Amino acid sequence: MNLTLKVWRQRNPSEKGGFKTYKISGISADMSFLEMLDVLNEDLSDKGEDPVHFDHDCREGICGMCSLYINGQPHGPHQTTTCQLHMRSFKDGDTITIEPWRANAFPIVKDLVVDRSSFDRIIQSGGYVSVNTGGVPDANEIPIPKVIADESFDAATCIGCGACVAACKNASAMLFVSAKISQLALLPQGKVEKRERAEKMVAQMDKEGFGACTNTGACSAECPKEIKLSNIARMNREYFSASLSTENV
Amino acid sequence: MSWVFKTLNSTLGKKLLMALTGLFLILFLVVHLAGNLQLLIPDGGKSFNIYAETMASNPLIRIVGIVNFGFIALHAIYSAILTRYNKKSRPVGYAVTKSSANSTWSSRNMGILGSLILIFILIHLRGFWYEFKFGEMPYVTYDGVTYKDGFAIVSAAFGNIIYVIFYVFSMAVLAFHLSHGFSSAFQTLGVNHKKYTPFIQKLGIGFAIIVPALFALIPIVMFLQSS
Repeated sequence: MNLTLKVWRQRNPSEKGGFKTYKISGISADMSFLEMLDVLNEDLSDKGEDPVHFDHDCREGICGMCSLYINGQPHGPHQTTTCQLHMRSFKDGDTITIEPWRANAFPIVKDLVVDRSSFDRIIQSGGYVSVNTGGVPDANEIPIPKVIADESFDAATCIGCGACVAACKNASAMLFVSAKISQLALLPQGKVEKRERAEKMVAQMDKEGFGACTNTGACSAECPKEIKLSNIARMNREYFSASLSTENV
Repeated sequence: MSWVFKTLNSTLGKKLLMALTGLFLILFLVVHLAGNLQLLIPDGGKSFNIYAETMASNPLIRIVGIVNFGFIALHAIYSAILTRYNKKSRPVGYAVTKSSANSTWSSRNMGILGSLILIFILIHLRGFWYEFKFGEMPYVTYDGVTYKDGFAIVSAAFGNIIYVIFYVFSMAVLAFHLSHGFSSAFQTLGVNHKKYTPFIQKLGIGFAIIVPALFALIPIVMFLQSS
């Protein structure tokens, strides 16, 4: 396959940055998107140019490290992570535009690499259970209905990649935050602190400068882990009821 | 009380205000439509004029009317605040976007649709509400009682093709606004359940089609009657 790549290049956070066009040839349809970028970077290194910086780690679709806004969609045309996107999804001669996640709360570090530590700070603000719950309890010691366990697990599959923020027209982090609030609020260990958690995590989300929700559903439609919009509704319920009932006046 | 302001000032709180005012305005549409449909009763405007007088003289309705203006203003002001805030959340946009792959057009353009509706409301208020309240109204007498002849004002306005087209276009805009707004309000309030959400979504689409269509039907019928 021969492709034309329009890649966002930006040397550092303060530089303006812009698109650079690269021609690339000899790409196999079986390559992953990141492997295709590896080929590009080999070429650039051989020419003595600075390779394109992009985030990646496990390349198995489970770590949430890879990002990239490909042809107008986070992680490209399929509902998957960029590492699991293969070049067979593109045609010979295609032009592919590759941009970084765009959000005030995700500043660009270099090229396609963005700083997603705002997500970490949201988790640090309350996305945990603060008491030591001890070792692994015996099976069935704490009864949890299967539907609740499944619901919590579904929310917990969020890998924090930030595709929801990238997809949202408002760069809102509601899907991420709601998944993290939901996974804990549904289980007995997390329930105890659910009200304070909702208040703190929403406050931190706002402080980081993420946008508000317009309920377009773009986040869920682009989420590689298919996190549901019902989590956002749950977060709203948790937040409003916490606001009415916590001791924080 | 600072917790109230803190909550309402959060991104979630601002959306809560949008949802609550939006749902109130949806209820208002139903009441308004019930009144308007009386324009189509072929009695030369008698039922409409009596209805309008009853509504205007009822103190409870007058209070609800003031609340309604307040909520329209709140809905518009908060949408402006949220739009500004959301724009700031992504200062540098994308060169290429394929939003149609993940969301509906109306859900992404609620601000534009809402602004068009606001323009319609202002023109509509000047043309009808202001005339009814402060304009020089013609009078009619039914069974010895004198009423303002609002029907005459409305049928004169709907005899103008430009106004009819503008009205019908605005109702189409309202339909798109409601097609997202109705179910979106429930989602913001936290109502999302396997049992109710599919029903709410269908109801929202049905409401978004039927209510603006009935509103639009009135000027069309009255225009055809006038010519």
